[in-house]
Amino acid sequence: MIMVDVEPVEKEIQLLDANERRLDGRALDELRPIKIEAGVLRRADGSAHVEWGGNRVLAAVYGPREAHPRHLQDPARALVQCRYNMAPFSVSDRKRPGPDRRSVEISKVTSEAFSAVVFTEQFPRTSVDVFIEVLQADAGTRCAGITAAAVALADAGIPMRDLVTACASGKIAGKVALDLNKEEDNFGDADCPMAIVPRTGEIVLLQMDGHLTEDEFDQAMKLSIDATKRIYEMQKEALRRRYSTVAFDEPRAPAEVSA
Amino acid sequence: MSAEVISELMREHIVKLVASGKRADGRVPEEIRPLKIRKNYIGTAEGSARVNLGNTDVLVGVKISTGEPYPDTPRSGVLTTSCELVPLASPTFESGPPSPTAIELARVVDRGIRETKTVDMEKLVITPGEKVWVVFIDIHALDYDGNLFDAASYGTLAALSCAKMPGRMTGGADKPLPVDHWPVSITAAKIRNTIVFDAALDEERIADARLTVAIDENGDVRAMQKGLSGSFSYDEVRYVISTARRLGNELRRTIQA
Repeated sequence: MIMVDVEPVEKEIQLLDANERRLDGRALDELRPIKIEAGVLRRADGSAHVEWGGNRVLAAVYGPREAHPRHLQDPARALVQCRYNMAPFSVSDRKRPGPDRRSVEISKVTSEAFSAVVFTEQFPRTSVDVFIEVLQADAGTRCAGITAAAVALADAGIPMRDLVTACASGKIAGKVALDLNKEEDNFGDADCPMAIVPRTGEIVLLQMDGHLTEDEFDQAMKLSIDATKRIYEMQKEALRRRYSTVAFDEPRAPAEVSA
Repeated sequence: MSAEVISELMREHIVKLVASGKRADGRVPEEIRPLKIRKNYIGTAEGSARVNLGNTDVLVGVKISTGEPYPDTPRSGVLTTSCELVPLASPTFESGPPSPTAIELARVVDRGIRETKTVDMEKLVITPGEKVWVVFIDIHALDYDGNLFDAASYGTLAALSCAKMPGRMTGGADKPLPVDHWPVSITAAKIRNTIVFDAALDEERIADARLTVAIDENGDVRAMQKGLSGSFSYDEVRYVISTARRLGNELRRTIQA
């Protein structure tokens, strides 16, 4: 993965110990802790917050609403427009605000991934806008962002064939490993983020950089696909939590005082 | 930022309410919404704070590194304030370069901090003329429900107050950023002929004029900004300042905690 801040490699760091434990104590097929919360923002039509290891990502959905600029409008379907953005303080060396080439690329492939599941033909000429804000980055932000955005889309009530779930696998110290953290991403040999429609198994996002043999790629995909099944359950659980509390909740804002 | 449409019914409702000393959310005119601050919210920042002012939600991160001083101020550190009104926070915020609103907001917050000498810039010098601490304040709006100015300002002060100058950059230990003063920003909105403090979104949308006042711990005024196309009488300005002095003390304690 293209990192925003690449630190110079001064010495080889040992990413795996003799028992194949990783720097943060995980096994090769172990995910970092993940916490998903749906409906965290008030203004947005739908939103979600994901904590994934050291990543903290917010996603918000607006729409379907009028697409602008208008020349982008599609008379047959809605546009799904994602914007992936990193907060300047989300990385160790401050990132200049605004889009760079990396975030534009991620925004594009993320938009394409969600276009595959949203029933866009139901909302011609509109845009479903998905905003992903990385508040704290620790490698794997696009996967955390996609996982959050899928929950936010569901929270917004956007009709979809299924959620989208994302996860990455890669290679560290010659071994295929699930869900690389920042050190592993910086000093590892390969990283391969993917996003899948869990119900059908369609892969809607796939990127890779580094070096994998065909066998290693198979192993990596198996790890990722298996992990997305677990993450998918967490996404659904977050949505259930959100909508089972609302039913018994007090009104969110005080009722308006009559004049 | 595109103007937000508000229905005539809502407008009249709010105008009627404030004219009779009430507000849509049940507050009295001089009442600030509940303020909640979580310091050190972001691990990748040298200092940070997440601020909830009612339903307005702002995240402020402080990044500190070393760099060269400006040639005209060799014995002074560098401090920059930027603001992103990301489209996640409101249907009226658009992506793209910072809007005039975002720039005004960052500059008003910056002024409050700078004019109070909140951070003693001379203490940020490592080698005069060569190497100083460079402090970046980044304001990230997350949920816009009115009065971003004050929420951003409280977040900035809170984030600075827990920020550390990273020892790894100079080969020493982490040192707390010296924060010597605590300017508290209070923003008043004028709706027709009534003034309310800490306007919520619906109030802000129909406000005719806005006045932001930064008050230091001695009760002195350190920065002001009047906004929008309406006007204030001199007496109204004095009323806003004296109310801000009164409200500021309690808010300061919350920010310092």
